Amino acid sequence: MSFLANTRYHVMKDLAAPLLLRAMDAKKKKHRPVPPHFNPPLQSLTELKRVMTRHYYLARHAKGAKPVAWVTSGAPVELLRLFDFYTVYPENHGALCGARKRGPALCEEAESRGYNRDLCSYARVDLGVAFSGKTPVGKLPKPDLLFASNNICQTVAYWYKVLAHHWKIPLLMFDTPYNYDDISGRDVSYMIQQIKEMIPLLENVSGREYDEDRFRKILLMSKEASLLWGEVLGTMKAKPAPMTIFEAFGHLAPIVSLRGLPVAVRYYENLLKELRQRVEQGIGALTNEKRRLMWDNIAIWFRVREFANLFAERGMNFVTATYTNAWAETTPYMDEKHPLESMAKAYSLVILNNNLDYRLNLMERLIHEYDVDGLVIHSARSCKPYSVGQYDLKRLLMDRLHVPSVVIEADITDFRAYSEEQANTRLEAFFETMEASS
Amino acid sequence: MKVFLGLDVGSMSTEAVFVDERGEIVSQVIRSTGAKSIEAAEAALQEGLQAAGLPREAIEKCVATGYGRISVPFADKRVTEITCHGMGAHVLFPNTRTVIDIGGQDSKVIRLDESGKVTDFAMNDKCAAGTGRFLEVMAEKLDVSLAEMGGLAVAAKEEVSISSVCTVFAESEVVSLVAQDHPKEEILKGLHRSIVNRNWALMQSVGVEQAVTMTGGVAKNVGVVKLLEERLGDPIQVSEEPQIVGALGAALIARTI
Repeated sequence: MSFLANTRYHVMKDLAAPLLLRAMDAKKKKHRPVPPHFNPPLQSLTELKRVMTRHYYLARHAKGAKPVAWVTSGAPVELLRLFDFYTVYPENHGALCGARKRGPALCEEAESRGYNRDLCSYARVDLGVAFSGKTPVGKLPKPDLLFASNNICQTVAYWYKVLAHHWKIPLLMFDTPYNYDDISGRDVSYMIQQIKEMIPLLENVSGREYDEDRFRKILLMSKEASLLWGEVLGTMKAKPAPMTIFEAFGHLAPIVSLRGLPVAVRYYENLLKELRQRVEQGIGALTNEKRRLMWDNIAIWFRVREFANLFAERGMNFVTATYTNAWAETTPYMDEKHPLESMAKAYSLVILNNNLDYRLNLMERLIHEYDVDGLVIHSARSCKPYSVGQYDLKRLLMDRLHVPSVVIEADITDFRAYSEEQANTRLEAFFETMEASS
Repeated sequence: MKVFLGLDVGSMSTEAVFVDERGEIVSQVIRSTGAKSIEAAEAALQEGLQAAGLPREAIEKCVATGYGRISVPFADKRVTEITCHGMGAHVLFPNTRTVIDIGGQDSKVIRLDESGKVTDFAMNDKCAAGTGRFLEVMAEKLDVSLAEMGGLAVAAKEEVSISSVCTVFAESEVVSLVAQDHPKEEILKGLHRSIVNRNWALMQSVGVEQAVTMTGGVAKNVGVVKLLEERLGDPIQVSEEPQIVGALGAALIARTI
C-alpha cells in the first residue's frame, strides 16, 4: 500500500468526510412533508444516509490505502475484516442504482457487450459499472480481490469470474453445498478447509497476518450487529408496527455492507432504541394500521416508495419479509469459540441455500410470529433461486393457513421487465380479496 | 325503471351490461375498444340504453372493470376483472369453484368459494401468448375467421406441433408450416393445443377445483374449450355469451353499492 494513498485516505476520512456530512446536514434542514397515512419518519433515517454516504465516499479514496475487495452479500466477510480490506458490495450498489432508476441504463452497458437480458440485473448492473465506470455514487474503487459465495445463487460464481477476468485479479470462491436436507458434517469440514486455504492468499494480498484473537472479536462484532438487526425486525411484531418493511429495506444496508465493523453495531443500537421508544409510545409507521402483510423476495427497488404509499393508503403495513430476515436468521450459529466451524454453518444455512421445506417452515413461522393477514410474493425476473417454488409455497401456505396472497412479476432493478398495469390489476384484485375476507 | 350498469373496458373489446333491481339482464352490448377506451365506453353505454329504450337517468349506479376501468369518468366504482368475472360466473353457475377467463390480452384463473368470493387467482405473465390476441394473429395469418377457427381445429384428425410459445415466433413458425404445405386445420389444432397448454400451466399454479366455468371472448372458441376439457378430463361450463360475464359481474356489484 502506498504512503501517499494512505495519507490521502486518512485526510479524507478524518477531515473531508466529516465536512461533507456536515454540509449534507445543513442541506437537509429543509422540511419534507410527511406523506399522508404515515407518521413522521424515523430519526435514524438521517443517520443511515450519513453512514452510507460516508461508506461510498471513502470507497473512492480507499484504493492504494487499503486492499479493496468486491464481495457478494452472503460471503463470510469477517475474514476480510481481519485483513483490513475496504469492502464494496455490488448487490448493495445495485439496489442503490435500482432505487435511483439507473438499472436499465447500466444493464445496457453489459448487454451491449453480449450479456443476455435473462441474466440477473444485479450482475448486469455491476458488469455495466465495471466496464463503463459509471455509477451514481461518483466512483467505485477498482478491487484488488474478489470474494464470492454461492450460498445465494450460482450466478455470482460466473459474474465474479467475469470481473476476475476483466481486471486480472484473484477471485476467492466460498463454495457452500446446497442443503437438500440437514447440513452434514462432511459439508462443514469441506467449508472449513476452504477458509483455511484462503488465509495465506489473504495474507499475501493484504500484507497482514492472521490473528485468531482478533478474528474472534470481529466474529463477535458481526454476530452482535446481526442480533441487533434481528431485534430491530422483531419490534415490528408490535401493533401497530413501528416501521414498515419498505423502511427496513433501507436500514438493511449496514448489515449487508458494514457487517463486522463497529459502525454497524452502533447504528443498530440507535435504531433499536428509537424503535423501542416508538413501540412504548404506541406510534406506528402508519397512522392507521389495519392489516399486516409479509413480503417475499428482494425489493422492487425502483418502486419502493410507490408501493409503500399504495399499501399505506389502505391501512396495510408490511411487518415482515423473508428478505430482511435473511441477515438475522442464522446468527445464532456464530460462536467465537469455534470461529471457522460456526462461520461456515452460519453462511451455509441462509434461506437461499436451503430447501423449500425450510422456506415453507420459515414463512409459516413468520406469519404466526408477526400475525400476518396476507402475503405479497415478488417473482423477481433476476433472482431465479429466490423465485423458484414460489407458486408451490403460495399454495401450501394458502392450504395450511388460509392466508390470501398475490404474486407480482417484476424485477429488482430492471424496470423494462415490469408491467405497471398488470401489477396494478393484480394488486387491486388482492386488495378486493382482502377486503372481502374481512 | 332503475338499472345498474357494468362496463368491461378490455384491451380489445368493450362490453356493457344493464341489469334491473332483481339482477336480470335488461340489455347487453359488445363492441371493439379501438384507440380510445373512453369513447368505446360511452358508445357501449348509449347503445345499451337505446336497445332498452331507457334514458341515461335510469342508470342508478355504474361499476367499471377491465384495463380501461380508470378511463370511465362516470363510474361510481372501479373493480378488477378478477372480482367481476368471479361474481358473474358465480351467478350464472353457482357451482363454479374455478373460473378460467381468457380475454384479449390476458388470461386468468380464479378460485371461488361457495359464496362466489375470490379465494385465489393467477394471471399470465407479461406476454400475450395463450390469449385472444394470439388466436387473432393466427386467424389472420391463416386467413380464417375467428368464429370458424375453433371448429376447424376440432375437426382436424392430425395435428402439427407448434414449438414456440411466443406469439411473434409462433407466427413465423406458422408461415413456415404453411410453406411446407401442412393443412391449415392441422396447424390450427396445434395452435389451439399450445394455448391450452399455456393456460394449463396457469391453472396448475392455483389448482383446479370442479366445477370449472370458462369466461371471456376465447370461451366462444370451441377448439380451446374442447381441448381444455380433454386435458381436464371434465366438462367445462360456458354460458350463452361468455364475453359479457365480466360486465355482468360489474353490473351485479353495482347493484350492491
